[in-house]
Amino acid sequence: MERTAEQIEQDLLRPIFTTSSRYMIAVTLASCMVLAGVCALGYQLWEGIGVWGINSPVFWAFDITNFVFWIGISHAGTLISAILRLCNAAWRRPVTRCAEAITVFSILIGAAVPLFHVGRPWLDFWMIPYPSERGIWPNFRSPLAWDFFAISTYFTGSVTFLYLPTIPDFAAVRDNAKGLRKKIYGLLALGWQGTPRQWQRLEIAMHIMAIAIVPVAVSVHTIVSWDFSMTLVPMWHSTIFGPYFVIGAIFSGIAALILTMALLRKFLHLEEYLRPLHFNNLGKLLLTTSLLWFYFTFAERLTTWYGNSPSEMDVFWSSIRQNFAPIFWTMVVCNFVIPVPILSVKKFRTITGTAIASSTIIIGMWLERFLIIVPALDHKYLRFAWGTYRPTWVEDTLMASSFGMMALLYLLFSKAVPMISIWELKVGLQPHGGGVITTAPTKRKPRGLVLEGPLPTDVPE
Amino acid sequence: MSHKWGLVVDLDRCTGCEACVVACHSENNIPTAGEDQAARGRTIQWIRVERTWEGDFPNPKVRFQPVLCQQCDAAPCEPVCPTYASYHTEEGLNGQVYNRCIGTRFCANACPYTVRSFNFFNPKWEKPLNLQLNPDVSVRSVGIMEKCTFCVQRIKSAEIQAKAERRELKDGEFTTACAQSCASKALVFGDLNDPNSEVARMANSDRATKLLGDLGTKPNVTYLERGNWQDGTNS
Repeated sequence: MERTAEQIEQDLLRPIFTTSSRYMIAVTLASCMVLAGVCALGYQLWEGIGVWGINSPVFWAFDITNFVFWIGISHAGTLISAILRLCNAAWRRPVTRCAEAITVFSILIGAAVPLFHVGRPWLDFWMIPYPSERGIWPNFRSPLAWDFFAISTYFTGSVTFLYLPTIPDFAAVRDNAKGLRKKIYGLLALGWQGTPRQWQRLEIAMHIMAIAIVPVAVSVHTIVSWDFSMTLVPMWHSTIFGPYFVIGAIFSGIAALILTMALLRKFLHLEEYLRPLHFNNLGKLLLTTSLLWFYFTFAERLTTWYGNSPSEMDVFWSSIRQNFAPIFWTMVVCNFVIPVPILSVKKFRTITGTAIASSTIIIGMWLERFLIIVPALDHKYLRFAWGTYRPTWVEDTLMASSFGMMALLYLLFSKAVPMISIWELKVGLQPHGGGVITTAPTKRKPRGLVLEGPLPTDVPE
Repeated sequence: MSHKWGLVVDLDRCTGCEACVVACHSENNIPTAGEDQAARGRTIQWIRVERTWEGDFPNPKVRFQPVLCQQCDAAPCEPVCPTYASYHTEEGLNGQVYNRCIGTRFCANACPYTVRSFNFFNPKWEKPLNLQLNPDVSVRSVGIMEKCTFCVQRIKSAEIQAKAERRELKDGEFTTACAQSCASKALVFGDLNDPNSEVARMANSDRATKLLGDLGTKPNVTYLERGNWQDGTNS
């Protein structure tokens, strides 16, 4: 089916101007989950971290698992969308905005976890280097200080990267809205008129951001991995962790993206825009990262086993044979055994197929982070100091509510911003897939794009 | 001359009586966690006596090992603290500034000896234990990491006293609470920089080992062990 520029605008602006009862139900559900999390958090702040299941020696567990998990999910967007933009992959157009939004929200959630996991969260501002009467700066030798700066840089970059290509779409909403909404979107559009000079500047800015955000994204998850590998803890102290974490992050990020796209497609009726082609292409990327993830896991486990260092073998056997074995093998099934056959056979690489694979990967990658953190901590060098870990309801609630928070932020965002970049799709209408942007040849100030021609059918593989 | 505080633990003398643990608790205002929390790994112990069993019935052997902060010269806990709560003092101690601690617990994870304790809740003392708190030691609140300080309050008061009397500190003039309470004299504390001190002499013994010494943490706690002492055979 072919869509004209007007239809595109109509279709993609519809969710902003109309609200279905289904949407209200979804928002209510997500809000309830967030509310439960707020209550659990309040209880934790009032009583102390002791309401969690953490203990000596397992001082980090669900908290840091969630932190690494959400920061990992954040690699969905900015990194993938930046790479696809830089490669000029034409099929990326309907995908980028959903991906970049996942990034921004999951960084927010991921960054909130360590801020509230500390013993005295009200003193978190001591991480910020500012001149004070205490005369003490943060300790720049600490990987946690690196985290603080890496994540805040990444967040700033990702917000910019999400915002820049949204400016013309804010202008489109402004032009279709009335009253207060028109004013708000007018502010957000930063006076966008669609002049050639504005387009040129936007293109340059987006290009700079796309290039800059790739090393930032890679560095963020490398630094997250260094929280572990800089210590002497057996199975943490590993050189492979940097790239292993980055690959794991992209892996879980693509899975989150596919799952979100499948939901958006269904609930926002974007069948015409998020096509099987996109799921097919992202499915191939997911397959690649799944194989890479397996390679890294295999390399890590094999070198540990072959090296046979006693302290590392304690952790090794505890995770693959003893008390953590069920979790370990579930992870392998979720991250490799189920997704790889689905994703490697073209017949199964459908929307449903990729969504199933993505769901198991999300579970598997959460378990992976748990398995990196907990078995190592409760099997440190001295056997008499070994421990064990069991989460409490507070930790369970906080984890569930982090998913609720993601859903809520995403739902609210989809109400405020077109989930698919309208102008980029319109650019795609041009015979050669765009690149050159023309404006309306009218005498009045050009307000929107005038583009002609059919929406390109699925690009041949 | 600057001091370098060290402790020697003679494992051949330790009877496992845990007097050191009790002394440490009362000297340093360490709260007790209670049965339920202790079972969940929430005890706060600056020194603990670990037991290891060797052999099966009818000839089991048990060994006792007091484990405390090793006051490492190359301490893994120090560089990881983002707020400088754990830092290296001029006298070589692993300092812990409670007021600076925000409770990331990174130091406890980085410590290979698991000797750092976290205040999971605000501390409580059952009456009348609340009346015996040591005024020289601050009470730690919820969300803070703490650990053995080598009784830094005793070190400081002895140093101040010696300075007031314009003299050098004498070996054995003061000691830590654990060493003071050790009936079998398994724990000896002193200045490793003083070659004539008892602790320096013992630390140079050929029975001396360091706990996890091959990790390169350079502990200032030395363990003395002759081997199969229960058999009566020497190493």
